[in-house]
Amino acid sequence: MSTISPTTQAIPDSALDKPRTGTWDGGNEPFNASYGKLMMWFFLLSDAFTFAAFLTTYGLIRHRYQPYTGSPEAFEFSTAYWPIPEKVFNSFPGLHGVDLPLAFVALMTMILIFSSVTMVLAVEAGQRFDKKDVQKWLLWTILFGTIFVSCQAWEWGHFITGTDKGTLMNDGTTFFGANLAMNQYGPVLFADLFFFITGFHGTHVFSGICLLVYCFIATTNGTFEKRGHYEMVEKIGLYWHFVDLVWVFVFTFFYLV
Amino acid sequence: MANHTTQMPAHAGEIPKPNTAWIWKTFWIITAITALEFAIAFIMPSSTMRNSIFIILTIFKAFFIVAEFMHLKHETKGLIWTIMIPMGLLIWLLVALITEGNAIHEAIF
Repeated sequence: MSTISPTTQAIPDSALDKPRTGTWDGGNEPFNASYGKLMMWFFLLSDAFTFAAFLTTYGLIRHRYQPYTGSPEAFEFSTAYWPIPEKVFNSFPGLHGVDLPLAFVALMTMILIFSSVTMVLAVEAGQRFDKKDVQKWLLWTILFGTIFVSCQAWEWGHFITGTDKGTLMNDGTTFFGANLAMNQYGPVLFADLFFFITGFHGTHVFSGICLLVYCFIATTNGTFEKRGHYEMVEKIGLYWHFVDLVWVFVFTFFYLV
Repeated sequence: MANHTTQMPAHAGEIPKPNTAWIWKTFWIITAITALEFAIAFIMPSSTMRNSIFIILTIFKAFFIVAEFMHLKHETKGLIWTIMIPMGLLIWLLVALITEGNAIHEAIF
């Protein structure tokens, strides 16, 4: 007759639960990233889906229309075919009437890419706890971001106002510029997609500028210094690079292809 | 990579030297690709071939932005796949809707 209680009975070693130390066994961070950064990544993933839906829609609708097959020199606006972007976006501020295909949009692209560089420099300065450098590079990023949005405003203004000649429409009237229901450049949906895609992107840039301004104020107040890290700059940096990334795709699919 | 490690200041008030060579290198690569795209837009006549070149160059640019600027290359494998696999689904969306667009085109014209 055993009087030993079950709890003190000898249990073979192999049946014991060994401390589990695997990547997904808990107690550690499998992604080695903070909650905030991880959630920013997931948000950006969902945002990427939204933009991809926009650009894929553009692809679908473009394939639905006739392509323009003539030479770029002989191109004229018509609702019969999809316009070629180099003949729609060929103006530059201050150079009225000069045909500069895609020059302005190329400049805008470079401005946004450069703002991305100043953003990484701000993140890098934050990792070194260099408050002055963080402030400097954040200000440059805000400046380039603002220039980009202003350029886009000019681009929209020009697109909406239209060219000097306008386009003779089917009903015999001449129409200038564009709105959501009519435009002089080609099918109605061309202008609609332009407004929605570049507008949605511009809204993102604008939100990014607001976040950067917050970041600059918090840096200046020493909020991040007291917190012991500049992770907020990194998170907003992720967002800012994403906005730049989207523009890279918009540039290709809306302006080049 | 050594140039991506977070440096903690040894003493308060001491700021390490900036390490920015990799940032500028990435910038010049992206700029060069953009310039190349811009040149191709005027040198080559519009064709499926040209569009394919544009798409490949754009993916290159996207790689440098995401891998270096967004630092994804230096994250854990789990995080990299968490982001990349859902993006792969978009290729299906793209193929499906472009095919659909072509079908509509053929039905009309």
